[in-house]
Amino acid sequence: MARYDRAITVFSPDGHLFQVEYALEAVRKGNAAVGVRGTDTIVLGVEKKSTAKLQDSRSVRKIVNLDNHIALACAGLKADARVLINRARIECQSHRLTVEDPVTVEYITRYIAGLQQKYTQSGGVRPFGLSTLIVGFDPYTGIPSLYQTDPSGTFSAWKANATGRNSNSMREFLEKNYKETSGKETVKLAIRALLEVVESGGKNIEVAVMTKDHGLRQLDEAEIDAVVAEIEAEKAAAEAAKKGPPKET
Amino acid sequence: MECVFGLVGKGFALVVADASAVHSILLHKSNEDKIMILDSHKLMGASGEAGDRAQFTEYIQKNVALYQFRNGIPLTTAAAANFTRGELATALRKSPYFVNIILAGYDKETGPSLYYIDYIASMHKVDKAAFGYGSYFSLAMMDRHYHSNMTLEEAIDLVDKCIIEIRSRLVVAPPNFIIKIVDQDGAREYGWRKSINDDHISAA
Repeated sequence: MARYDRAITVFSPDGHLFQVEYALEAVRKGNAAVGVRGTDTIVLGVEKKSTAKLQDSRSVRKIVNLDNHIALACAGLKADARVLINRARIECQSHRLTVEDPVTVEYITRYIAGLQQKYTQSGGVRPFGLSTLIVGFDPYTGIPSLYQTDPSGTFSAWKANATGRNSNSMREFLEKNYKETSGKETVKLAIRALLEVVESGGKNIEVAVMTKDHGLRQLDEAEIDAVVAEIEAEKAAAEAAKKGPPKET
Repeated sequence: MECVFGLVGKGFALVVADASAVHSILLHKSNEDKIMILDSHKLMGASGEAGDRAQFTEYIQKNVALYQFRNGIPLTTAAAANFTRGELATALRKSPYFVNIILAGYDKETGPSLYYIDYIASMHKVDKAAFGYGSYFSLAMMDRHYHSNMTLEEAIDLVDKCIIEIRSRLVVAPPNFIIKIVDQDGAREYGWRKSINDDHISAA
């Protein structure tokens, strides 16, 4: 197999593109990221690996705006992310300039995925080592959407999804616990999913909430801690309820 | 025949533009908005070749927005003015834009400011400026009555004086004018001065 994983334009005999698969490995090593779509709110959450004491954490924003109504979180190589995000931001403005309309979430997702695919079919370049979660509201209908792209260039829409480290556990949790939510409930669901794989506490997660009227809003540590405390209290209450009744026999 | 002028007051800046869309001897419409709102605190009044005017100001507007997304903070008025001038200068020796610009903005740290940028990319930071045939009249009027730190009432009064002068002395004077203001609360339309009312035709 070693001969088929150098130049990515080459298929291996059993139909694999090894560079793309290795890129997916890079994603699996990246920080956990989760996205949940509610009826009027969309939430993105990202694991914050311990920040160095001397580092200014404000310069390490993992959830970014692509336009007033679109936001992106990613898992994988952050430097690749910077390039992709820059191209996407330019495309958002370029679209507004040429057709006088803001992009739809699907359009910009298709654009980013198309870019990622191009780099799997060119000579001398390697694929982007990241998967993205793209959220936003349709500029006219106001319908919220969540999309995911990956290094191969495929994309699809989701009600809730996770990527990066331990994404399988988070996705399982979401599959078990997903229901239509709105407002604060959506935030809670996203944070609960993240807490499955991340050490609890506002210091370790970054959460941003997007609403139609207020765009993207980053939650500060105090707010996250408050929601985490609520979740832990609910968990404790559920545990107590489980343990309680059997003793009264 | 296009008239665009602007001035800086106490904590605000005004830009006034005529509202006529003209092709040769035909007046297409008289409610054309020639003052583009670049972002929350910047106004760009433009006069000149109609296609270039729309194209160039929209291009600047989208680049100002892109800067804000890339960097998390908005451009200062001075930066936006220099960027605009740079774009005009680059295009000058290839395929020039025939657009004259009056850029007004409000920055929290430095207050209101006004920039005069002409189509061959010269730029000046000024307190009052004007373009077009109307400038002969509005500039003279402003030279006579302008003083620094004018209140909004005084400034609007001066604007009305300029408009009256243009209407009474310019042979093909534009019938309608639009006034926009930018201050600490943002950039917004202040009002119209109309002598022909075609409101039932929707503005583009």
